[in-house]
Amino acid sequence: MSQQTILFDKHVQYGAKIVDFAGWQMPINYGSQMEEHKQVRTDAGMFDVSHMVVLDLEGDKVVDFLKYLLANDVSKVTSASGKALYSCMLNERGGVIDDLIVYYQNDQWFRMVVNAATREKDIAWISKQAETYAVTVKEGTTLAMIAVQGPNAIEKALSVMSDECKQVAGELKRFVGQPCGEWFIGRTGYTGEDGFEIMLPETEAAAFWDKLAAAGVKPIGLGARDTLRLEAGMNLYGTDMDENISPLQAGLGWTIAMADDRDFIGREALAAEKAAGPVMKLVGLVLQGKGVLRGHQKIVADGIGEGEITSGTFSPSMGVAIAMARVPVQVSDRVQVDMRGKLIDAKVVKLPFVREGKICVEA
Amino acid sequence: MSNIPEELKYTASHEWVKMNDDGTVSVGLTEHAQELLGDIVFVETPEIETEFAAEEACCVVESVKAASDVYMPISGEIVDTNGELTERPEIINSSPYDDGWIFKIKPSNEDELEGLMDAQSYEDSLED
Repeated sequence: MSQQTILFDKHVQYGAKIVDFAGWQMPINYGSQMEEHKQVRTDAGMFDVSHMVVLDLEGDKVVDFLKYLLANDVSKVTSASGKALYSCMLNERGGVIDDLIVYYQNDQWFRMVVNAATREKDIAWISKQAETYAVTVKEGTTLAMIAVQGPNAIEKALSVMSDECKQVAGELKRFVGQPCGEWFIGRTGYTGEDGFEIMLPETEAAAFWDKLAAAGVKPIGLGARDTLRLEAGMNLYGTDMDENISPLQAGLGWTIAMADDRDFIGREALAAEKAAGPVMKLVGLVLQGKGVLRGHQKIVADGIGEGEITSGTFSPSMGVAIAMARVPVQVSDRVQVDMRGKLIDAKVVKLPFVREGKICVEA
Repeated sequence: MSNIPEELKYTASHEWVKMNDDGTVSVGLTEHAQELLGDIVFVETPEIETEFAAEEACCVVESVKAASDVYMPISGEIVDTNGELTERPEIINSSPYDDGWIFKIKPSNEDELEGLMDAQSYEDSLED
């Protein structure tokens, strides 16, 4: 049972190759993934992310609810309307149910965006936890979502917005999202470039897509979305972490707020893991030989132990293979990767690989 | 529809085969194969003078998306490889039948060429 977003006909019209992604028929590319990747790093590209799930959480106790539901602390964003927070939502074992973004609107309302592949379990989990707090969970089923990303994304997107939305969007600081009529514009993204994530009524999505295209924003498929986020050092749920992996072993320790005694789901498990000392960590790898790193390739750290690549690809920006890998915490600067039976050297680097068009690591 | 030149022979694993005047045979990937793979970023060509049996994997082509083996269409010895692919693997995408050739074989048994598909059979196989 494959679903289509409201922009499906546009993808076909713009020459997309369509694949199934989490039950949705989505564009993998519109010709060349490499060119699309470079388009976003150097100019502006647009992504249909309408398959992602928008949830409005409302109620008098919504702040307390999210402080309990999420591993990051929403108190960090309640100082000003629109502030966004990236967080993991954990189970009691400290495993990651999903990673998500919440936009604080006011003390009674947060807007949340979660992954498409985890839609059902997320809604079930959130709704169950919400009962005690009398918070309502409403899904925005008539919204499309278009991400516009790249160094020229903001300028080009603003040029085709209504006067009202242009005003709102033009004033957004990074990691802030605000409504504008039925639209909602966040200065957020998943590429390591500046830009917007725009939620808008489905009825207006196709026309806005065409306007963006006319302004020189090129359509970008899921293929380039993956290489862009990997270069940016951003995790992909289900690939880099899942319900059996704690955020501490997924490079997401920075999203865990445990400084005060706030009670949140998964805290006990994380505290125990911290006390015992985490066994594995997530690192970046740059291949020192020829070839392409791939998920599930085995990592050998001489005298230390073994690990595994969680996400690997060829970096279009760097021209070499890069990866995220889960390795023993003792690993420092070098490992070897088992590539089709041969052990090839890889350098361990700090993430990200690329931010805002600039390479941040030494190959 | 994919471009499938009349004068070449084909395998079910999407290699094309061209008989050269000097008795060697050139091998590459079909336009259909490069489309499936997407942007090609790395080619590990076989060692010259190595001998392989027909249908043996002898070479790896990697795209951003996936790694794919290239198989020997017929038995023989590798006599030449396309050095250009080291620096510009993407020519398999842009020119699969010409600039993007991968290796040349000296056939050990020319009769095996008869077992390959002609353009029409290959085209039919893609429609199945």
